[in-house]
Amino acid sequence: MARNEQNIIQNLDWLTVLIYAACVTMGLFNVYASVYDPEEQTKLFDISNNAGRQFMFIGTSTLIIIAILVIDHKFWEVFAPFIYGACILLLLVVLVVATDIKGSKSWIKFGSFSLQPAEFAKTGTALLLSRYITQPNINLSRWKDMAWAAGLIILPMILIIASKEVGCALVFVSFLIVLYREGIPGIYPAIVVISIVLFILSLFFSPLYISLGLGVIGVLVFYFVIPRYDRNRKTAINLVVIFGAMMLFTTSVEFLINNVLQTHHRNRIKVLVDPKIDPTGIGWNVTQSKIAIGSGRLWGKGFLDGTQTKFNFVPEQHSDFIFCTIGEEHGFIGSAAVVLLILGMMCRIVFLAERQRTRFARAYGYCVAGILFFHFLVNVGMTIGLMVVIGIPLPFFSYGGSSMWSFTILLFIFLKLDAQRPFTLSRT
Amino acid sequence: MSENRKFFVYGLFVVVAIIYLSRLLYLQVLDNTYETASNSIKAIPDIPMRGQIYDRKGRLIVYNTLVYDIYVTPNKLKVSDTLALCNLFSITKSSFDSLMKAAKTYSRVKPSLFMRQLSKEDFARIQDAMVDYPGFEYQKSSIRTYSAPVLAHALGYVSEVSKKQLDAQEYPYYRQGDLIGQSGLEKYYEEQLRGRRGVRYVMQDVHSVAKGSWKDGEMDTIALAGQNLYTSIDLDLQQYADSLMQHKAGAVVAIEPSSGEVLTITSAPTYDPALFATRDFSKNYAKLALNPYRPLYNRAVMGSYRPGSTFKTVQALVAMQMGAITPGSVFTHAGAPMKCHGHGGLSGVHSAIQWSCNPYFYHVFKRMIYANNERNVFKASSAGLQRWYEDSKKFGFGQKLGIDLPSEAKGVLPDAEYYDKRIGQNQWRFGQIYSLSIGEGELLITPLKLANLAAIIANRGWYIAPHLVKGVGKNENPLPEFKEKHETGVNRLYFEEVVNGMEMAVVRGTVSRGAIIPDIQMCGKTGTSQNKKGKDHSIFIAFAPKYNPKIAIAVFVENGGFGGFAAAPVASLLIEKYLKGHVERKAYEQEWKNKNFLQNVIIPKSQQQPSAPKEKPAPPKPEATIVKQDNATTSKPING
Repeated sequence: MARNEQNIIQNLDWLTVLIYAACVTMGLFNVYASVYDPEEQTKLFDISNNAGRQFMFIGTSTLIIIAILVIDHKFWEVFAPFIYGACILLLLVVLVVATDIKGSKSWIKFGSFSLQPAEFAKTGTALLLSRYITQPNINLSRWKDMAWAAGLIILPMILIIASKEVGCALVFVSFLIVLYREGIPGIYPAIVVISIVLFILSLFFSPLYISLGLGVIGVLVFYFVIPRYDRNRKTAINLVVIFGAMMLFTTSVEFLINNVLQTHHRNRIKVLVDPKIDPTGIGWNVTQSKIAIGSGRLWGKGFLDGTQTKFNFVPEQHSDFIFCTIGEEHGFIGSAAVVLLILGMMCRIVFLAERQRTRFARAYGYCVAGILFFHFLVNVGMTIGLMVVIGIPLPFFSYGGSSMWSFTILLFIFLKLDAQRPFTLSRT
Repeated sequence: MSENRKFFVYGLFVVVAIIYLSRLLYLQVLDNTYETASNSIKAIPDIPMRGQIYDRKGRLIVYNTLVYDIYVTPNKLKVSDTLALCNLFSITKSSFDSLMKAAKTYSRVKPSLFMRQLSKEDFARIQDAMVDYPGFEYQKSSIRTYSAPVLAHALGYVSEVSKKQLDAQEYPYYRQGDLIGQSGLEKYYEEQLRGRRGVRYVMQDVHSVAKGSWKDGEMDTIALAGQNLYTSIDLDLQQYADSLMQHKAGAVVAIEPSSGEVLTITSAPTYDPALFATRDFSKNYAKLALNPYRPLYNRAVMGSYRPGSTFKTVQALVAMQMGAITPGSVFTHAGAPMKCHGHGGLSGVHSAIQWSCNPYFYHVFKRMIYANNERNVFKASSAGLQRWYEDSKKFGFGQKLGIDLPSEAKGVLPDAEYYDKRIGQNQWRFGQIYSLSIGEGELLITPLKLANLAAIIANRGWYIAPHLVKGVGKNENPLPEFKEKHETGVNRLYFEEVVNGMEMAVVRGTVSRGAIIPDIQMCGKTGTSQNKKGKDHSIFIAFAPKYNPKIAIAVFVENGGFGGFAAAPVASLLIEKYLKGHVERKAYEQEWKNKNFLQNVIIPKSQQQPSAPKEKPAPPKPEATIVKQDNATTSKPING
């Protein structure tokens, strides 16, 4: 056992751990900077402020890491269903006993600390999904197996949406990446990508222009891409059907935005389309966020010298808008460094996943990379005005116990699996 | 096959990262829109004291007085007894209400101007009581203060920078609410006077509550105090000129010939410059702007008049230099279309100047115009006039002399092209332009230019561009352009002829007897500027003493009649005052102080105002500006 433990330390991927440590440390200092009040000389290690609490979350995360490294690696695969089940149960419980925080009913309060089960549901779902899709008798190109996999993902999503945490639920879309890697037909991710492109296009152009454009592309495809022997009635009908479906989707976007979405969601989309709309009202967050980042210039204003992010110009700066503090105080150099750090971590995880001997570990690795990617995509994107404002944290940087713990657990389960690799026999 | 899909995943991560990096590069480095929109750092300007202005003997003319502007923040205001507050500020309840309403409209949380420019005494009274009224705060500021109510036109005034000026500035220095010199020396030496504004950066939170200095003041700049101006104005002489010019419209300019320094520059009627330094600026300005005698108009540098006979000095000098006449040339009255005033026999140029003989100068000018080989009378006129133009131009006519005051008028010195445009090429000849010979016709000059002519004659041939400022700040020299000598190219000997004529004009010639100053040799030349409506304008140029002259002067009295009548006594008294330090001819002085020529002024109907302020004698509108449009042939030269 002792020897095994030593091996764990030796085999742990220290590069990833290093990136993790860098992110967490930078995150802590930036949370401190965002709550720092020059008139009160806020202390870093003071539990009464958010920076102090964040430090405590990091400390407890270390304990969690040790625990994960000690626990046998088989635990996660074997107990995946139970972990998933527990998460679902917590999500149900939260719907009943939840404390209402800013319109969201996803928090359970323990004394002065609150826990958000939705954060942990990501890990639970990742574990069970990985286990399910890597069973030898499962083939993701089969409808039935795909439906089961989808079901596993959609169930927690529905529960999370019910607790009014739409942003958190959207994260589950990131499982598409692992499904893609593990073999669902390429058409499905393609549909998602095309839908997103059409959705964005329809925000800026009227359906009429989009259909004209699509029609032109359809005709070109028919005459120049499809080989002559395939240019028959059947192909033409197929193209028309695809065209019709896309048209339907495009026209439904407006309906969706105006009739299905809630006002504040609709406003966030409006702000994305036209950033100058109502800068003191619905556009306030995005405008202030861009001012903060833009005012950092190349080198930034310096640690604790940010002014936009202090003094409450940017709301939620210590949690969802932590990237503003980085951008303002450390400039382009700092924010680019953060982007590169996270990119490095994501790529490293994909690299590690690809060298796993078990399909479970590989699939789980892709789940982790996907979730990190989605958070990065949305969180950084919204602060620089390229994404709709969706309240999800920046992994390892944003203030918050639930997110800090859940991302630590998510990452270190994978690192544990990776460290175990030399002792594992391949099943594939 | 699925193995290859990892590359798509890598690709996706990298593409998004690249997009975000480019966006960050754009936001943070390439585009500064968001930086400038920054609202957490507030730059508080530290406006330095404006430079003071001194006269030539080191006496203060303009300085600054500390005043206090009171600001109010509506949200912080707690008033228990409104009436007591109104009494404190000496305002009525209704004006208090309207001030508060305006402040609330601007912002409830930001301070708005409540009362501007409270004097030190008023502020001292209020200061203690202000503690009881939270929401009020004050800011120190300063206003221009004048040691005497003189020199309004030359000093100019300072007021809030206008929207147009803000938009027009090349380097963005001024901001809304800043003060800027709007005319006179205040405008011309604005950059030196204003100093350099300092800036303190302070942080404020989203509710505009101050949060201390930014980066401990690392970026702050220190204000540089404005530089003082040391002018060549003689305050005593200036005040004396103003007192002589009361009840008159016109201008006085006196220059020290050897240096070009302006000793006195007056435009009448004038006003108290302090009127524009108070919080009632707009009201006072509107009142003066509506005055039909146009007290805001700086006649000394902007007023365009015909020079009349004073211009004969130039004609004589140019003609002698050109060789068209000799100092001894004599002409009969025959053949000239204008009359003479009657005098004894002429014995040359000096006596023609002494008696200001019109026919004489008609012939002189004719000689100059036809002093070439052109056979055709039109071509000869054109060539002759052009040559005359080139020579006369050297006296500074028809161009800006470059005095350190804004809005100097160029005047008109017609050349061949001028008449070609008006009448047509080769369609005019001497017969249409002879009025120029005696300083009438199309000629237009400013009082400043005539004073400069007096200085040229005093110097016997050269001048330094007239200027008011001989030192800025620690630099005891005037601007470099005010050290440069301009030569007229006329021989010194010819000047002596004219000087002798001018001396005799005073002793026994066109100048009235009273103008003779005991013990001082004054040389002068009268001028009568024709006026279509109303009486002629009276003009006089002079310098004294004859040898080693200390002062050259030009006096204009609008509608003052014959040149030797109104303008010469004023000039004579001023010269006596300057050279002796006091005036012995008390009765004469009193007589001319009291003379009223304003009553002669004809005000156009459209400008007549029944309620025109009585206390300020209104000056007549110079008709000369209208004459400009007349055709040359219509003017009937009379005399000089």
